[in-house]
Amino acid sequence: MKPLIKITDLHVSIDGKPILNGLNLTVNKGEVHAIMGPNGSGKSTLANVLAGREEYTIESGTVEYEGEDLLSMDIDKRALAGIFLAFQYPVEIPGVSNSNFLKSIINAKRKHQGLPELNALEMLKFIRAKLNAIEMDESLLKRSLNDGFSGGEKKRNEILQMTLLEPKLAILDETDSGLDIDALRIVAEGVNQLRSPERSFIVVTHYQRLLNHIIPDFVHVLSNGKILATGDRTLAEKLEVEGYDWIKESNSVTA
Amino acid sequence: MSDSMQTLEVHTQSEYKYGWSTALDMDTFPKGLSEETVRAISAIKKEPEWLLEWRLQAFRHWLTMKEPSWANVHYPVIDYQDIIYFAAPKKKLGSLDEADPELLKMFDKLGVPLEERKVLAGVAVDAVVDSVSVTTTFKKELGELGIIFSSFSEAVQEHPELVRKHLGSVVPANDNFFAALNSAVFSDGSFCYIPAGVRCPMELSTYFRINAANTGQFERTLIVAEKGSYVSYLEGCTAPVRDENQLHAAVVEIIAMDEAFVKYSTVQNWYPGDKNGKGGIYNFVTKRGICAGYRSKISWTQVETGSAITWKYPSCILKGDESVGEFYSVAVTNNRQQADTGTKMIHLGKNTKSTIISKGISAGYSNNSYRGLVKIGKRADGAQNFSQCDSLLMGDKCGAHTFPYLEVDNPGARVEHEATTSKIGEDQLFYCKQRGLSEEDAINMIVNGYCKEVFKELPMEFAVEAQKLLAISLEGSVG
Repeated sequence: MKPLIKITDLHVSIDGKPILNGLNLTVNKGEVHAIMGPNGSGKSTLANVLAGREEYTIESGTVEYEGEDLLSMDIDKRALAGIFLAFQYPVEIPGVSNSNFLKSIINAKRKHQGLPELNALEMLKFIRAKLNAIEMDESLLKRSLNDGFSGGEKKRNEILQMTLLEPKLAILDETDSGLDIDALRIVAEGVNQLRSPERSFIVVTHYQRLLNHIIPDFVHVLSNGKILATGDRTLAEKLEVEGYDWIKESNSVTA
Repeated sequence: MSDSMQTLEVHTQSEYKYGWSTALDMDTFPKGLSEETVRAISAIKKEPEWLLEWRLQAFRHWLTMKEPSWANVHYPVIDYQDIIYFAAPKKKLGSLDEADPELLKMFDKLGVPLEERKVLAGVAVDAVVDSVSVTTTFKKELGELGIIFSSFSEAVQEHPELVRKHLGSVVPANDNFFAALNSAVFSDGSFCYIPAGVRCPMELSTYFRINAANTGQFERTLIVAEKGSYVSYLEGCTAPVRDENQLHAAVVEIIAMDEAFVKYSTVQNWYPGDKNGKGGIYNFVTKRGICAGYRSKISWTQVETGSAITWKYPSCILKGDESVGEFYSVAVTNNRQQADTGTKMIHLGKNTKSTIISKGISAGYSNNSYRGLVKIGKRADGAQNFSQCDSLLMGDKCGAHTFPYLEVDNPGARVEHEATTSKIGEDQLFYCKQRGLSEEDAINMIVNGYCKEVFKELPMEFAVEAQKLLAISLEGSVG
């Protein structure tokens, strides 16, 4: 089987400072990969580079997505090709209603797929059906996008967008940060409902607790821009107890 | 500079869509300004003696005045002798059928239909080309309600008593340098009178077009709303692309009596000059309304996208007790454009209220200034003002400035001012694009969101036009 995404020897810097130093990662269809690591290890950089954020400089390495050179694709083209990034800090856009934004992104995708755009009524039906699943209040649709949303509301709105866009590869960038336990459970359920043999996830997280709800197939430990250890969910549990120091010390370990 | 900012710059270098000119058969005065010019304009319009005198007084006063220099705009000295002060399509119109077909084509191309059957339902149009009004639609229908909507010249002939009573009552002939110049040489414009108790059933609209080269446009608009009346007035404007700068110095006066409501909306799209700052209209305009009566209301909404330089402060004098003044503005500057615009809210009556919402958008190398005065007079017990001035920067070579002035002589007044400056965020763009929106759609969405509070004040068709115009001004997605 061809991998969905294959990252080979990726070196990335920002303002001349190296962040990723020869990262390798292969994700097949249907797999859930958790990326863990201490602060500053390059987790969020990886998520943002895959989505196409422009502040970063790609020094060397390749990323193949469905057999194509991902790094040469524009941000919106990556999105339309099925890559979704759930942001750590979702952006606020005052004056743009959430419902209008959702409508625009759904129709942008439909247009790309050659499908007719949904009208306002069809759109509302479509969105409503998904709202309940993540216990999100409909009043959030009328408000400006993320403007004045609480941390939990913002994250739920990310999961809502993910549910609506049905991506092939969903990248969750510390989606659990700042969430209380109920919100965490709801977000995780949103993800679990989307799990399918056709969809892959890269879950970036600092803490193991999210992985109690989203059971990963693989856990990778990132340190100094490199994957130092790969294992199953027991690796995450070990990290929870022992911290990251033992990995740094032993350098490269296969658990 | 990141790629995204570079793309942003490319997108903000759009082309002006109305830059063509039409070969019309014209009557044109020679360049230059003197008492003779003033007399000649008055004579060609067969004006009564009092109006000529009024013009001459304004002209003599203007000679003693100095061009203002306090605005945050920079331009070479204007040679007032190098301007043509009167240019009119030759053919005097008995009806539209007699119009120069080129003229009709011109308005068609501008999207302003002058034949009544074609006119958008509910909008009456007065079309002004260079120095004269060429036609006014729906006069008969309006006339049945007692509403007068005509060119200024026609009003001088047919309703001299009304014009004489109100002309200069809000913006005196010696008010400021450009208003004095206008008073001396104004050539045409629109006149609108709504009798007591009448709600004008359609939008009234004036469309200004500068067509001739080397010509200044000096028009006057006078709107009188009697007790308990209502009117919504629209103004649109364009001009051809020309290498030299052209002067537009207009005056608008509004009078609202007891419980009258005048809503004045402008979509200003004069030629802004090319991307290096060559050519473009100097838009030096005095717009002022007086809420003369109890509970009267004047609301200005403007979307300013054009002109090389904009110098404009639509203002309200809140004289009547409990009267209300509003100012909603979106001012966009791009390339080398400069705008110094804002409002004055002069509270004189008791419990008067004013609201100012100003949204500046600067792109390219442009400079965008908000300048506003809120003055609360001694008698204005219980006066309230709320001002919000936001600036949005696109790219890193443009400027945004805010100059709020406050003069409060009544301790009971409540005045609130909020101001923000933000950059169109790469974060916002990245977020939208990550969801599959193109860069253009993303910018469009963000900017429209930013302007929403102002756009919602515009009449429906105008709001759509304003959104499109904004898209064109900022994104180059022409056609």
